[in-house]
Order: sequence, then structure tokens, then C-alpha cells
Amino acid sequence: MTGPGPSAMPTVVSARLAKKFSRNLRERAIEAILFFAAFVSVLTTVGIVYVLVSESVHFFQRVSLWDFLTDTQWTPLFDDAHFGIMVLLSGTITSSLVALVVAIPMGTVIAVYLSEFATPRAREISKPILELLSGVPTIVYGYFALLFVTPILQALIPGLPGFSLLAAGLVMGIMIVPYVASISEDAMRAVPMALREGSFAMGATRLQTALRVVFPAAISGIAAAYILGISRAVGETMILAVAAGMQPNLTFNPMESAATITAYIVQVALGDLPHGSIGYQTIFAAGLTLMLLTLAFNLVGFYMRKRFREAY
Amino acid sequence: MAVVAPNATEIRGLIRKAKRWDVIFVSLGIACLGIGLLTFATLFLDMLIDGWSRLNPEFFTQFPSRRAGQAGILSAWVGTTLVMLVTAFFAVPLGIGAGVYLEEYAPKNWVTDIIEINITNLAGVPSIVYGLLALGLFVYTFGLGQSILTAGLTLALLILPVVIVATREAIRGIPGIIREGAYALGATKLQTVKDHIVPYSTPGILTGVIIGMSRAIGETAPIITIGALTFIAFLPPSPISDVPPFVNFEWLKAPFTVMPIQMFNWTSRPEAAFQHNAAAAGFILVLMTLLMNGLAIWLRYRLRKNIKW
Repeated sequence: MTGPGPSAMPTVVSARLAKKFSRNLRERAIEAILFFAAFVSVLTTVGIVYVLVSESVHFFQRVSLWDFLTDTQWTPLFDDAHFGIMVLLSGTITSSLVALVVAIPMGTVIAVYLSEFATPRAREISKPILELLSGVPTIVYGYFALLFVTPILQALIPGLPGFSLLAAGLVMGIMIVPYVASISEDAMRAVPMALREGSFAMGATRLQTALRVVFPAAISGIAAAYILGISRAVGETMILAVAAGMQPNLTFNPMESAATITAYIVQVALGDLPHGSIGYQTIFAAGLTLMLLTLAFNLVGFYMRKRFREAY
Repeated sequence: MAVVAPNATEIRGLIRKAKRWDVIFVSLGIACLGIGLLTFATLFLDMLIDGWSRLNPEFFTQFPSRRAGQAGILSAWVGTTLVMLVTAFFAVPLGIGAGVYLEEYAPKNWVTDIIEINITNLAGVPSIVYGLLALGLFVYTFGLGQSILTAGLTLALLILPVVIVATREAIRGIPGIIREGAYALGATKLQTVKDHIVPYSTPGILTGVIIGMSRAIGETAPIITIGALTFIAFLPPSPISDVPPFVNFEWLKAPFTVMPIQMFNWTSRPEAAFQHNAAAAGFILVLMTLLMNGLAIWLRYRLRKNIKW
């Protein structure tokens, strides 16, 4: 290659410089755009906190925090209005407990089975099936709870009302099983093989190894799975709105019908409340309570998962 | 000797006993998996049987009605389709962009940490809280109303973490030598990302997008919260018009209903006839999410098999 002559040199260089400049500009612009895309998640969080807090501030100007936490009635739309979040919390807690009674044992057994016993082939088939189960829309589970599970339960337990925390909770438990199973299984599979080999070398059976060596070694990850399962149950909406009834009821008896925090928000949203009314503001106060509750569980779960990852 | 050593038969007995527990546990594990599977099969069949009488072509071409036998899901499936279009339009570019940024560009500093913690946290926020965000922000502060645009934006934010996580995982699977090769040939960062990183991670990203969309199709709570109507007997304005410029965006501002809301409306009515409609709608909904999830799983499976770096 002979190259450009001396007289042509400056224009070629400046053209290349200009090209390089525009290329750099484009690189920077794209980086900024991509950063903005990532930053949307921060904006979302800020938006959630802003909306919940600003509406709740209006709410707490009318209702004292003390009443909110200690009143035993929830009748925000009556003339004699009471705002005791305890009433809705009791429904949320009771239904979540029913769900966990189903989800934790089943999820744990499935996780131990898949991680310690199942052949690779059985695992390869089971995991996608579990995934499909967790992909079913919750409104469909709600229909199932109300129109299939409730009649069966009513035949077994005379006197069970048409809406009950029990039916909703049981179905919610089944819904959470894949979630608990998959996170627990991940935790158990992260336990190094050497621990199992050591246990086998001492003459332990598979079950002894699974329960006394692998399970304790993965306990923080499994606990994280449970906690994330709880947070799932607390935030679940449609199953409860459909099958547990929408009547606020301060009860810890799963045989009764009761509204949860989430079901109350749905109920209010279905009506036609004017923007800025006290009824409109209650759903944000209820939402803030829900958000704080799940945030606390998620943070504990996140912390525990992080810990088990760093253990080995 | 005072201590009597257990003889061989006793040891065999002990081993047999311990192994029996293994068998018992395996049966228990399979039983639990079976219960999960059986529940799903029951749910699927229950809705198919209950909704069978309504699963005919007219069901798809009729508006909801006061008479259960004439009610259909026309406005619901059109609404779902349009909302999903808006959701995909926002969630896919934002999700992929965020994933690419976090994997390829982000410096290790506190801003990146905050973004990462945020995404993890958002994945755990109950969907109804997104509904409250949309109600306070999109509906009232931005004045978008209870429209298809509001619903699409809300669901886009909801599935964003799913798309981001899938994108990041797909990108993480690409070995560093691919990048080094591109840089060695003089490619810029943008060229590397555009010509190598994104194309090679497309199947993984697609899996995440499909799973996210299947989740968005079934979401009910946030859409109810923004105040979507449950009884809509008209269609939004057509996106395509016969006068130039041939497209119009009026439909973005139209009131709407979606499949899960239509199903919720029918489920909560006491008459059995409407519950058959609910079952039929539910069956279609499950079938759709099932097909989408199945496609995603199949894609991932193929991906793992075919690509060996």
C-alpha cells in the first residue's frame, strides 16, 4: 500500500477523527440509554414508595396510627367508621398459616427427593412440571378453590361456609409448593459432594445422609425458601378474593370466612370510590402495610440466601 | 469377651431396616410430586368439563351478556391481546437494555449495587402493590386513566425483573473469549454487544420474555386495582384505519377488560350458568399459559443441548 500523499494527509486524518468522534458519541449515548433502562427499576421502587407513603400520609392525618394498629373493627365505608388493620391482618395471617402447613412439608419433601434421591432423568421431567404448576394464573386457582375444593371440604366438614380461609389457604399452599421446592432444592444441591461422600463412607444410608448431613448444611437456604414462600402467601390476592370472602372478620379460625389485606384492596377497587376520599386512601394504607410486611420477609430471605451461598 | 459382637444376620437386619426407610421416603417424595401433578390435572379437567358446553366458536365472537348462555369473551381476548402488545413494547427493550447494561457496562459501584438490590426486591413485591402504584401514578398523577396504556405499562413494570434476570443469565453464559475476539478485531463495545452478545443470548432472553408474558396474561389483581371495568360490551377503536396514516393510537386510551378479569367477574356470580363461562375462560387461560411456559421450557432445553462453546 502506498498510502495517501502528503497533501491528502490532513483531510484523511480529520475525516477519521470526525468518524471516531461520532462513533464515541454513539457509544456514550447507547451506554446512557442502557443505564436509563436499568435505572427504571429504581424509579419503580421510588414510585411505589412515593405513592404508598403520600396517600398514607393523608390517611393518617384523618386516622391516628394508634387506632389503625389497635382498633378491632374494620368498617371504613360505614358511617361509624373504624380502621383497625388487625382485622385484615388476622385474615392474612390465618390464610398464610394454612398455606404454609401445606407448602412447607410438601415442598421440603419434594426438594429432598429431587436433590438426593431422584435420578437425573426423573429430575429433568419433574422440574419443568413444577414450573408449569407455578405458571397457572392465580385467578384459575381461585376458581378451583371456590368451586371444586370448597364443596369437597363442605362434605368432609359439616358447617363450613361457602367462603373459607381453609379452602383458599389449602389451594394457596399447593400454589406455593413449586416455589418452596425449587429454592430448597437449589440450596441442597449447592452442598458439596464431599460432605455426602463422607457420610456414605461412614455407612449412612441415603436418607440418613439427606436428613442429617445435607439438610442441616443447607438450612439457611431452605429457611430462605420458607420465608420467600411466606412472603408469597401474604401478597397473594385472587385466590383469597374469590374463595375466602370479602367480609372483614377478626378471626384466627380457618373455618370462617374473612377478608385479607389484599382482598380488601380488590373489593374497594371493584367499587367506584372517588379519588381522594377516605375509602380511596385506606387501600394505600393497607397496601403500605402489605408492602412493609413482604419487604421484611424478603429482606430476611435475601440475607439468608446470601449467607448460604457464601458458606462453601 | 463381655461385649457380644452383633452377628452377620443382625447387621443385615439393621441395614435392611435402614434401607426400608429410604424406600419409604422415596415413596413419600413421589407421592408429594403426585399430589401436585394430580391437583393440576384435576384443575385442568374440572375446568374443561365445567366449561365444555361453552367452548364453541361463538364464545370467542360474542360480548359479555346478562344472559350467561349468550355471553362470550370477545372484548376480553381483544383486550388481553392489546394490553400484551403494550406490555411487550415496553418490557422487552427495557428489560434487555437493563440486562445488557448490568452485565456488560455497569461499573462496580454503589449505583450498580442499588440497581441490583432494587431488581431483587421488585421481584418479591406483591403484584397488587404494582396496581396501587399504577392507580396513584399512571391513572391520577399522569392522567392516563383506566386505559389499555395504563394496564400495559403496569404489567410491563411487573414483568421487568423476569426479563432482566433472564437476559443477565443468558449473557453470563457467553464465554469471555467471544468478547476478546471481537475486541481483537477492532470492534467497539457497542459493536460487540450488538453483533455478538445480544444475538448469542437471544434464545435465553426469549425464554425469559415468554415466561414474563405468560405471567402478565394471568395477572388479575393489578388490573382490577387500576379500576378496569368488568363489563365491557364494545371493542376499543381499531389500531388500523382506512385513512392515512392508516394507524391510530386511540385504542391506547380506551377502556378495556382482559381475560382474567372477565373470569373473575363470572366466578363471583352466584348463578351456575355464569360459572360455566368462568370455567371455559379459565380453561383457555390455563391452556395459553401452559403453551407459553411449555414453549419456554422447550427452548431452554434445546438451548442447553445445542450450544457448546
